[in-house]
Amino acid sequence: MSVQAPEREVRPVRSGRTVRIGPVSASLRWRDVVVPSVAFAALALVSAVSMGRGDFPIGVVDVLRTLVGLGEGPQEFIVLELRAPRVIVGVLVGLAFGVAGALFQTFARNPLASPDTLGITAGASAGAVAAIVLTGGTSTGAILGGLGIPLAALLGALAAGLLLFLLAWRAGIDGYRLVLVGIALWAVGNALIDFLLTRAEIYDASSAYVWITGSLNSRTWDHAVPLAIALAVLLPLSLALNRVLAVMQFGDDTARGLGVRLAGAQTAVVLLAVGLVAFAVSAAGPIAFVSLIVPQIAVRLTGGSRPPLLASGLVGALLVVGADLVTRTVLPEALPVGILTAAIGAPYLLWLLVRGRRQFT
Amino acid sequence: MATTVEVPARDAVRPLARSRRARRLATLLLLLGLVVAASLASIAVGTRSIGLGDVWRALLDSDLSTEEAVIVRQLRVPRTVLGLLVGLALGIAGALMQGHTRNPLGDPGLLGVTAGASLAVVLAISVFGLTSPSGYVWFAFAGALAGTVLVYAIGSAGRGGATPLSLALAGAALSALMYALVRAVLVSDQQTLDSFRFWVVGSLAGRGADVAWQVGPFIAIGLVLALVNAPALNLLGLGEDVARGLGQRIWLARAVGLAAITLLCGAATAACGPIAFVGLVVPHMVRALTGPDHRWLLPCSGLLGAALLLGADVIGRVVVRPGELQVGIVLALIGAPFFIALVRRTRAAGL
Amino acid sequence: MTTPIELEPRSAATARVRLAAEGVRLAYDERVVVDGLDLQLTEGSFTAIVGPNGCGKSTLLRALGRLLRPTAGQVLLDGQAIAKTPTREVAKVLGLLPQTPVAPEGLTVGDLVARGRHPHQSWLRQWSRDDEAVVAEALAWTDMTELADRPVDALSGGQRQRAWISMALAQGTDLLLLDEPTTYLDLSHQIDVLELVGRLHAERGRTVVVVLHDLNLAARYAHRLVAMKDGALVASGTPDEVLTEQLLADVFDLEARVIPDPVAGTPMVVPVRRLR
Repeated sequence: MSVQAPEREVRPVRSGRTVRIGPVSASLRWRDVVVPSVAFAALALVSAVSMGRGDFPIGVVDVLRTLVGLGEGPQEFIVLELRAPRVIVGVLVGLAFGVAGALFQTFARNPLASPDTLGITAGASAGAVAAIVLTGGTSTGAILGGLGIPLAALLGALAAGLLLFLLAWRAGIDGYRLVLVGIALWAVGNALIDFLLTRAEIYDASSAYVWITGSLNSRTWDHAVPLAIALAVLLPLSLALNRVLAVMQFGDDTARGLGVRLAGAQTAVVLLAVGLVAFAVSAAGPIAFVSLIVPQIAVRLTGGSRPPLLASGLVGALLVVGADLVTRTVLPEALPVGILTAAIGAPYLLWLLVRGRRQFT
Repeated sequence: MATTVEVPARDAVRPLARSRRARRLATLLLLLGLVVAASLASIAVGTRSIGLGDVWRALLDSDLSTEEAVIVRQLRVPRTVLGLLVGLALGIAGALMQGHTRNPLGDPGLLGVTAGASLAVVLAISVFGLTSPSGYVWFAFAGALAGTVLVYAIGSAGRGGATPLSLALAGAALSALMYALVRAVLVSDQQTLDSFRFWVVGSLAGRGADVAWQVGPFIAIGLVLALVNAPALNLLGLGEDVARGLGQRIWLARAVGLAAITLLCGAATAACGPIAFVGLVVPHMVRALTGPDHRWLLPCSGLLGAALLLGADVIGRVVVRPGELQVGIVLALIGAPFFIALVRRTRAAGL
Repeated sequence: MTTPIELEPRSAATARVRLAAEGVRLAYDERVVVDGLDLQLTEGSFTAIVGPNGCGKSTLLRALGRLLRPTAGQVLLDGQAIAKTPTREVAKVLGLLPQTPVAPEGLTVGDLVARGRHPHQSWLRQWSRDDEAVVAEALAWTDMTELADRPVDALSGGQRQRAWISMALAQGTDLLLLDEPTTYLDLSHQIDVLELVGRLHAERGRTVVVVLHDLNLAARYAHRLVAMKDGALVASGTPDEVLTEQLLADVFDLEARVIPDPVAGTPMVVPVRRLR
């Protein structure tokens, strides 16, 4: 129930401020602007700091100079070739997971829906683990595996996502059916992973386990570039769905009544979310729980009625890059970033829950 | 001046209701039959097949010491009993959880049971050096209990107390945190991973009668609490306002339900490792047969859970003979396509 | 002084007070919706609470039904503080129907009505012959017997509301609180539901409190109107006393004529225009 002000002065018709620039007009609530802005600023800062940290520390100013092409010698090599790709992969992966999580949670009208619980990351992991375990620990296998793992993960995620879409489709996708089919796919993917892990040599199992956890270690431009290209297409399309999602939230009939072509919109939401997850997971592994937790954090920060797309993406990126910075600097031993994202994100969500002002259902 | 109302004669009342009751009863009997068949198969089938006649003799004559008799009495029967208990517990816990959270993704693990148990087992292996599944039992059970208590404490700390939503989110977040700790150990400790990977698949193999005796009492208490909880759960289905208006104390219903879920799922996980599929999927299947009445839904979910678990265990023993496929894996690989077909055929009943 | 004054039987002065609010303050979190409100509901009365949207009518009804605990003051049921009475005891005396309640998918009408017997059941006595008879009668009385095996979600709006009222009837309480029972119904089904509630009052002796939006229907079916504005009680009395042109202006910001209802003789509001 919304809070009604008792007074009866003339009030703006929408709970926001209307911004007009020439023929363009948009209605914005201040928190919808402030939260992404702050998240973006923090992301930029953390990224710059992160590129400067390591065995060879470089100041933030020097990092920025290097990035705009004013760097010299070893600094240029270290920043541009070693650290920038890792940080950029982190940013892109976080963006993709955050946005995909928000898409799924809004679509299914279920705060527990995410690429993790719906089996897409499980599909990716099954593909990657198969590649690691089946090629074995031999030297040729390792080279083949090194190239093959991202591809196997991508294929696994796309296969799971496509199955999810096709099996949930019956003259449109019902959010409830999507969730139930997702459960089943999740169970199959997990069973395959567990099976492969118990059959593998323990060395392979161990490196497979690191991959499942999600890591940014030794990521190069070879990982960053395909991901960047994919997101350059998928992210704008996803953000363009924002207005449609706002209407779909009210239920199928209302959405149709307001002029949404439902079947098309549903297809777009699910396929875009699957695409985002597939490319992200192939680059860095299924950084666990980011897509589940981040949209719930973002909706509590912006205070809307559903997880905001842009803010979810930015908070996701901030969480991944920040967690990566912590693993490389604070901890004595370099842990995969997927551990720290959960270790930082989960307590923060819990704190927001306990402090809870309003609930998203 | 009350006008008298024609009350139809008792026996003429609602013939359709009677046929529905008959259908539910038939479902119950069918499931019982399935459980019996699966149990017999579980005793007879294995690396070495034993005829039903030999099974019968081995069970009746405790002095018989043929090889078959020893296998039946010392290996197959305990394993079957454990499978029955665990399947029953997981099926009922799943139905309870979905009833309380009204979320189709509500599996008992969501309350922190699985994550807590996993963390405790990892500690048992890495810190205390245990390596046998029956050695983990108490660790896993304690971890499951601690996980749930923590989830409940945090889920009810916010304003408005413990709502299904706050519990689910607290459970998801705390599970994420506990799994992060599990992974932190596993990525840096290969030896622990080597033992843990065989626990986490979920299996009935290598658990003897002692494990069944250890977890049996907790499952029994959990079953009683679950059945006590059924009428209250029916009222909660009408919404909390109506339930309270009909005299149901909401916190009591929730507390009993959560206690039952914790005991059932915690004991099952302690015994066999995490087997998520039964709790997630079985209640959806049963709801299509019995409707939303929890007095039928709970027992039927338990029976189907037991039949499925035993059936999957038998199949796992047969397909890769002389090796064995863990029951958790078989369940997912065979159960999932069947479940998807069900979801697509019938419009799955909402919660 | 010596001549005893004859009082009408069951007049407001002598009839027992069943349910009372004493200086209650009701709030959601920090937002106070109702403050310092007093109200008495007597045995066998039929009261309608009216007022503009957001005036706190439903909130008051929730407090009377023990769904919301007042932050100050108290609600008394038969002279006992309702907050200290066990839930089940309250449920045997007082039934309530929230706004647009939702039944789980697939639940049949018969099962829904049967759940109304919950306060009267125990572990030893789960489904007695009494329960069976009461449910059968509740179904028959609301004309729902034929539909007993249909799922609630397959019914039309009017039938669905009948099913819920049937459940409240099966609960067998003296007091019945209904929150906007006619919402979303067409006029003939609104009349249908209110006739049913009126019969519950007249034939079954139920004490009824109902939150209603339609003033004309409230005036026709209820014997007492209570008007609220901004969380306070503004007027209380018979429909004739309460529904005045002045009150409509004060409470609803509505300029209106009030004429006798040509059918029932109760006051009827004919709106002219909205003030301000």
